[in-house]
Amino acid sequence: MEIKALWRDIRFLKILAQVIFIIALALAAGYLYLNVNANLARQGLAVGYGFIKNPASFGIGESFIPYEPSDTYGRALLVGLVNTLVVSALGIVLTTVVGVLAGVARLSSNWLINKFAAAYVGVIRNTPLLLQLMFWYFGVAIQLPGVRQAIELPGPVFLTQRGIYMVWAEGTATFPAWRVYLIIAFISIFSVWFILQAMRERATIPLSPWWNLAYLLIPIAIVWLGALLQPEPPLRPVIPELSGLNFRGGLRMTPEFAALLFGLVIYTGAFIAEIVRGGIQAVAKGQVEAARSLGLTNGQTLRLVVFPQALRIMVPPVTSQYLNLAKNSSLAIGIGYPDLFSIAGITFNQTGAAIEIIMIMMLSYLSISLFTSILMNIYNSRIQLVER
Amino acid sequence: MTTAEVKPPVLTIGPLAWLRKNLFSTWYNIALTLLAIWLLSALLEPAIQWGTTEARWGVIKANLTLFMVGQYPRSQIGRVWLTVYLLAGLIGLSWGVWKNAARGFALIAVSAGAAFTMIALFFRWDAWTQWLLAEAILLIFYFIGLYLPRGTLITAVAWFLYFPFVFLVIGGSKYIATLPPVPSNLWGGLLLTLLLTIVGNFGALPLGILLALGRRSKLPVIRYFSIGYIEIIRGVPLITILYTAAILLPYFLPIDVRPSQVIRAMIGFVIFEAAYQAENVRGGLQAIDRGQYEAAHALGLNGTQTTILIILPQALRMVVPALFNSFISLFKDTSLVALIGLFEIVRIARSILAQTEWLGTHREVFLFAFIIYWVFNLAFTYGNRRVEEALGVGKR
Repeated sequence: MEIKALWRDIRFLKILAQVIFIIALALAAGYLYLNVNANLARQGLAVGYGFIKNPASFGIGESFIPYEPSDTYGRALLVGLVNTLVVSALGIVLTTVVGVLAGVARLSSNWLINKFAAAYVGVIRNTPLLLQLMFWYFGVAIQLPGVRQAIELPGPVFLTQRGIYMVWAEGTATFPAWRVYLIIAFISIFSVWFILQAMRERATIPLSPWWNLAYLLIPIAIVWLGALLQPEPPLRPVIPELSGLNFRGGLRMTPEFAALLFGLVIYTGAFIAEIVRGGIQAVAKGQVEAARSLGLTNGQTLRLVVFPQALRIMVPPVTSQYLNLAKNSSLAIGIGYPDLFSIAGITFNQTGAAIEIIMIMMLSYLSISLFTSILMNIYNSRIQLVER
Repeated sequence: MTTAEVKPPVLTIGPLAWLRKNLFSTWYNIALTLLAIWLLSALLEPAIQWGTTEARWGVIKANLTLFMVGQYPRSQIGRVWLTVYLLAGLIGLSWGVWKNAARGFALIAVSAGAAFTMIALFFRWDAWTQWLLAEAILLIFYFIGLYLPRGTLITAVAWFLYFPFVFLVIGGSKYIATLPPVPSNLWGGLLLTLLLTIVGNFGALPLGILLALGRRSKLPVIRYFSIGYIEIIRGVPLITILYTAAILLPYFLPIDVRPSQVIRAMIGFVIFEAAYQAENVRGGLQAIDRGQYEAAHALGLNGTQTTILIILPQALRMVVPALFNSFISLFKDTSLVALIGLFEIVRIARSILAQTEWLGTHREVFLFAFIIYWVFNLAFTYGNRRVEEALGVGKR
């Protein structure tokens, strides 16, 4: 009687199901663990992170932090992580611009522009990113003319098969003194925010949006004042110049970096374009009509009514596109850009520490994903509709 | 009647009015139009000039078989054709049985077959006879389908059996003399791409459904396990999962079990795709009205019966478009196995570029690969729309 009652008790059954699930999971994990041990023992390997401190002794094509082949594997992996972060961060910024432009173009009443954007989105979204990256790298970037026949774009920007050279800035003797002005200008932004906030609270009618220009004008004024006090400007443009077989000076983007960045931006931009288009189209028609009947102009309707509502719809899917871009940067291995994944691959080939390296790699990517989604979630919660 | 005398306003129709309305309505529209025309001519003119004079299209002709099947033994290539004929027969049968619902898809297949025949004839390739045969089979089965008793059931079962059968034909078996085994490391090209796509998707669906149900389970252990699985897999790049499957999987298996690289890649795709399909299915589950659960309970169904008989059929129908999108994106993602050493389309393209006689034909080869992916994705997208219509997604 007792047992039958227990058997029919839904609370007991729920606990039983979970216990059985945990036991099954533990058994599976134990089985896999035994297999791993047997396999490792047969190959004479042991799991351990000691290799991190050994010298890597391989060169890395490009690095944003100092690195020598005599540095450790840990340092090499860090170089890869920084390379991944740099290309992802730049890519996210640029792809937003491309995506929004293409999305708006998709809605243009201009037939040619509309079809142009449609063709871009259609072709890019329906072909694999890896193929596109290889096309940009093998088909375009390294097929560019040699250094001596470089294609010169205004700027000047030089396109060559050894990379893209562009004008860059260099600090002059007065640069250290300038940092003080920059810091003051930076602090002034916060002061402006406080002052404007106080003015908003006291004002009886909404403050004109022109006041927001203060954010821009006051720091500029401070920096400009500083310029008058110093003998020479803090930064000086460095124009790349042909010397011998290569360009000197300026900023150099390697063909690998340029192809990866360009490919990621173009690919993700096509997806963002569709999200932007969908978001704008999803705003109810009545909203536009209501705005018109209130006497708002076209521009005001778009800026004050349509866009804030479209933004709410767009942010979550755009976030997942940002995450995709960061994850897709791992395809860099296909064109030889030394990102985290490709350096992890080299480290595995040299050390054979498969389990450890895959753990490091997965944790790094998970942290990047987590960090990006936390940032975007904060932004998302700020723009969401506050319901009363 | 006076309506006959009313003429359409002159300025709103006709090519000139169209031009004015769509291209030259305001000053910035004029500027945009000019910009677009300049951009188009700047891109198209050199492209057309290159395509007609400089490009060496011979590289595609010389390597077409490689693109389609990779290193699959040339003596066994009839087996690949057999799967194509079967597919043509099935499409014809579906057309005959389901008529309108399958007509669009069948027409695409017919015109694709005709196009391939023409192209092959034009370039004097041998394959035109096979394409013509496939075309004929399609039409014959269309007429069979028209008069087949219990056609719906037979066709559905035939489609269901088709995919395992394809694996048998392509992979072969020790026990069938006419189908000697072809090791999977020789599968390649478009054939491998399609096999990986199909296995990755259909293999992941059961796991994805279980994970979706698990994520909505009231039992915390199962729910947190599902959430953990889904979020971890979705948080890392596909290539790391494929890499793990290629390198780490053997460590987790008994010492004498060593699956081939293709099988490892398939396992990697199933693990990966399950997390994404779980999220798709969850969307469908969340959209089911509470009343459905309550009605099922009122009828005396228990939890399992409710899920299988009431909830899942509705949820799955709702998420067909999302599942199709996953299918398309996995089709593109199969290109990543090139990075773990399998000879699918992208890797084949790279290997062709390494042939000394075809050095420097990057654009031709990549362009051809683009076209393959693009054409297939267009067909999938079209198929998606037809299936959606047939299922009445969003209408019932």
